[in-house]
Amino acid sequence: MTREENFAAIFAAHRGREGALLPILHEVQHVFGCVDAEAERGIAHELNLSRAEVHGVVSFYHDFASVPDPRPCVELCRAEACQARGVEALVAAAEEAAGTRVRLKTVYCLGLCSVGPAARVGESLFARLDEAALVSLVRCA
Amino acid sequence: MTVVRISDDAAALACGAEAVAEAFAAAGCTVERVSSWGMHWLEPLVEIGGIGWGPATPERITEIIAGEADDLCIGPIAAHPFMARQQRLTFARAGLTRPLSLEDYTATGGWRALTRARSLTSEQVIAEVTQSGLRGRGGAGFPAGIKWQTVAGAPGPQKYVVCNADEGDSGTFADRMVMEGDPFQLIEGMAIAAHATGASRGYIYVRSEYPHAIAKLEAAIVLAQGVIAPFRIEVRVGAGAYVCGEETSMLNSIEGKRGEVRAKPPLPALEGLFGQPTVVNNVLTFSAIPHILIEGGAMLYDSHGIARSKGTMPIQLAGNIKHGGLYETAFGITLNELIYDIGGGTASGRPVKAVQVGGPLGAYIPPDQFDLPFDYEAFAAADALIGHGGIVVFDDTADMQKMARFAFDFCAAESCGKCTPCRIGSVRGGELLGRIGDPEAREALDDLLETLQFGSLCALGGFTPYPVRSAMQHWPEDFG
Repeated sequence: MTREENFAAIFAAHRGREGALLPILHEVQHVFGCVDAEAERGIAHELNLSRAEVHGVVSFYHDFASVPDPRPCVELCRAEACQARGVEALVAAAEEAAGTRVRLKTVYCLGLCSVGPAARVGESLFARLDEAALVSLVRCA
Repeated sequence: MTVVRISDDAAALACGAEAVAEAFAAAGCTVERVSSWGMHWLEPLVEIGGIGWGPATPERITEIIAGEADDLCIGPIAAHPFMARQQRLTFARAGLTRPLSLEDYTATGGWRALTRARSLTSEQVIAEVTQSGLRGRGGAGFPAGIKWQTVAGAPGPQKYVVCNADEGDSGTFADRMVMEGDPFQLIEGMAIAAHATGASRGYIYVRSEYPHAIAKLEAAIVLAQGVIAPFRIEVRVGAGAYVCGEETSMLNSIEGKRGEVRAKPPLPALEGLFGQPTVVNNVLTFSAIPHILIEGGAMLYDSHGIARSKGTMPIQLAGNIKHGGLYETAFGITLNELIYDIGGGTASGRPVKAVQVGGPLGAYIPPDQFDLPFDYEAFAAADALIGHGGIVVFDDTADMQKMARFAFDFCAAESCGKCTPCRIGSVRGGELLGRIGDPEAREALDDLLETLQFGSLCALGGFTPYPVRSAMQHWPEDFG
């Protein structure tokens, strides 16, 4: 599918939906890895919004990026409960293992607060991480 | 053939339940994937004929099938001290039913409340919700019946029922467990709210960090469509903004806007989603409704709890705690009981230094206040909040100045930017903490905290002073 066809399909799937902007942005982010300026223009046209309005929404939410980051991503929870279970002591080693190859992203809460430190890679969840387990997770990402 | 029951809850999966389930299946067992009992330190917890083993690993399954592996065996799960003392309503099915089985749901009393509610008038349903004493479980503790009454009485061509499932507080996972483990219960509660208020459309706003909950809900909505029709529910996925747990920013987010907080009034009950009358309740509030709307349910619900905190609260034991998990009980239980008798103290074996109750915006409570009963008013009187019922335990290695600093950093990172106290105060507060030894900085910080508390539009700025102030007050030695 070309880029135009992809967009046309996404727009068609959400046409007529109440408050369609967020679902559309999620899908664009998922398909293209980002919501760039060109995508913002297309979405603004589709929803009869100004590009500023669309950009305002894109830039508000942590889940949307304006440029793609093709690196594998390890989401590490560093909220209070995981801190209480020692996640901060693992961060340096994880960062070293990640280097520039892996994106180590801090998230605030995966809802695994009783079994932390916790991380997520794609749809896979990991709990009770110690340094060795986290480093191996980053290396395999 | 041996029937083995293993949870497919995200916590169980994160602890390796999938590999254990596959190993049992490969060994010729029938594996049923059920909801989690909530004893997370034992996950993956394996149940065969009512007897539990945990935490199980694929290497131990042969022993477990043979009834051995005594070091992992906890005996009859329902009789386990962690389970036996609970008063489970919302989590009555936890560990027992398959989350997406309509058959299991119906066989365990599912849809009885909806059927009964539909035989009653709107006024009767709302009267029972009011009578039960149910208060919003999202944190604010507003009486659910009064909110529903307002929506029912508000004129509007289209009314909405919106479920706030943006469970972003660290230390909380009860919403996630309901959505993954008993999604029909939430759907039934929302359908009853729709009947009571005259709403025809519903939304469940789930945070994007919960992909498993989203998948379960979407499947459950399709399965339940015939039962709840003409009411329709749709899942809306958040996009990584903590502040969208605040009800008005959540409504903006569903509308496709920046998740900025709205000034109140108007109340969402009168002008909510798309400007229409809207019931906004938390997952746990809606999930309590089916237990209230069964015959005699409101009276029973009201009989639990103390003072003005009625019913049961699914309490989440998290952080550095030996027996972490989901503990549902009537209001009135003390922190001492929860942390030591039930939770077994810290996981690290070191002394407890502090607990934070109610998420990132909740106060840090020192051990000498652990006789505090779990009750909205008692917590408020102690300058603390129950919030969504999460308890995060810290051992004596915690640095409370760091935790106070984190509260400001978190507020700065997650502020929606709409009001000045929160947007700027969170940054300035962090800076002032950096030079807290200076008496002038201390004075300025006190002043700033007051501005944040009383000048912010929503709870993010308004409650950030709670963790900061409590840390400074109870652990002055950490603020040298």
